[in-house]
Amino acid sequence: MKTTLPRLVLFGLLTFSIASVWAEDAPSAAASAASQEQAPAAAPAAAPDAAPAPTEPQLVGVDKINSGDTAWMLTSTALVLMMTIPGLALFYGGMVRKKNVLATLMQSFAITCVVTLLWWLIGYSWAFTPGSPYLGGSTRLLFNGMAFMKDANKLTVSHLALTIPETVYAMFQLTFAIITPALIAGAFADRMKFSAMLVFMSVWSLAVYCPIAHWVWEPSGWLAVKGVLDYAGGTVVHINAGIAGLASCLVLGKRVGYGREAMAPHNLTLTLIGASLLWVGWFGFNAGSAGAADGRAGMAMAATQIATAAAALGWMFTEWLAKGKPSVLGIASGAVAGLVAITPASGFVGPTPAVVIGLVAGVVCFFAATALKRALGYDDSLDAFGVHCIGGIIGALLTGVFASKEISGVDGSVVTQLWGVGTTLIYGFVVSFIILKLIDLTIGLRVTEEQEREGLDISLHGERVD
Amino acid sequence: MKLITAIIKPFRLDDVRAAVHDVGVHGVTVTEVRGFGRQRGHTEIYRGAEYAVEFVPKTKIEIAVEDTLADQVIEALIKSAKTGKVGDGKIFVSDLTQVVRIRTGESGASAI
Repeated sequence: MKTTLPRLVLFGLLTFSIASVWAEDAPSAAASAASQEQAPAAAPAAAPDAAPAPTEPQLVGVDKINSGDTAWMLTSTALVLMMTIPGLALFYGGMVRKKNVLATLMQSFAITCVVTLLWWLIGYSWAFTPGSPYLGGSTRLLFNGMAFMKDANKLTVSHLALTIPETVYAMFQLTFAIITPALIAGAFADRMKFSAMLVFMSVWSLAVYCPIAHWVWEPSGWLAVKGVLDYAGGTVVHINAGIAGLASCLVLGKRVGYGREAMAPHNLTLTLIGASLLWVGWFGFNAGSAGAADGRAGMAMAATQIATAAAALGWMFTEWLAKGKPSVLGIASGAVAGLVAITPASGFVGPTPAVVIGLVAGVVCFFAATALKRALGYDDSLDAFGVHCIGGIIGALLTGVFASKEISGVDGSVVTQLWGVGTTLIYGFVVSFIILKLIDLTIGLRVTEEQEREGLDISLHGERVD
Repeated sequence: MKLITAIIKPFRLDDVRAAVHDVGVHGVTVTEVRGFGRQRGHTEIYRGAEYAVEFVPKTKIEIAVEDTLADQVIEALIKSAKTGKVGDGKIFVSDLTQVVRIRTGESGASAI
């Protein structure tokens, strides 16, 4: 780790300019057969063909496409997009003060647009094509080569999902690339400039999300080779977003009046609707990460539902005991904590471990969002760190404990999982911190105190609700 | 003429309206207000952050009446707004020097 850290930091900086070139020059890792098995979506892959499993996107005949798999992945893509807009937008929007609700909804929506174009331009190629162990190649920049040829009866498929069109796989993964930065916004709600937010999210998406997605999910990525298990994004999405959230609330500082003035959520109805949309959409997130409509997808769905219920009740009862009342915000927060924690584990664990993972996440995240936050004194406005990072770590480590060979074909290891967790925490925090500081020094990160008092809806967007 | 201003518990409003209507009041102005008195506020907790809500939601009603009707209205208000618990509210009575009906321009008691 001592030599890895500076290298990672350096790498983050390089990413802006020459990363893809550098990546192609770097020695390519020996993608072992074992790592192939552990790739999240490789499940139904290598049929009993004599040929070795493909290691890059390729042109195949349309008869290779499975319509059941494709239908499910189209559906999953829509479900996961729904998690961000409107799910997460409403979940966060209800929790802020009324003067900031539009600005909060706007963040999710704008991130959706910006990341979509970046994904087409660069992101997909950097994350999901083979390159070096540290970054994907440049073969799919601008979706170059991604094809469907009607008359020739051919189309391209990703080596990570051989039975669905590559376009569907790229769009499915896009929705993950969208929600991850959108989650960060919960930590800095109520005080970041919109322009700074756009720059931060753009750079972060390419410098942090794409490399980490490549390390963990692309079979040649160095954490995938190591055997780190992350079915649907506990590490890539949640730890990653949560630690970036911590970096952003530390760099930005507390909201004006934090701890002295009332900052109660303005409409928990929106929050509960948002949490419900997240829950429903998460079936696309987790069961969709099978890359197929198969038994593993079914198991992931069952684990997701059960863990979420356990976590929601875990948080609710803990709060009831500790604070006297079972709150709406509490049960909704618990559900999200459970969804986060089961994300890396779904597809690797059965229903009973899912209950344990959910309960632990519900109880621990309650204390992370209440006691830990107060003890450490940072202002993580909507608990992006307390719920997503902590929940993600719980899920990642417990995946190592509970991974079932019967379900997934692999055994878990807590030590290996720690590599994934530690690397993401360090790389994510350091690079996010640097990006934020650079933005702060150039265009400025935070709104003025006057703008913050007036509310971001009026001061940044010139609009307000009622 | 008198202006009777009453601060009441919001959920008593319908009963109060019916009671004053029964004694001959033809118009009431209602406002949602917040304030504090002897009734204590409450605490709200959001993810462990506690906020003391010091101002309790109340309903303010304003009624302009002729002097002769004032006592009956006050009695109707007391009967209909009372629950017997802290926080039932207050009634303020003040002299009213002039009333004008905007549509017709008539003034005094006939404008009430």
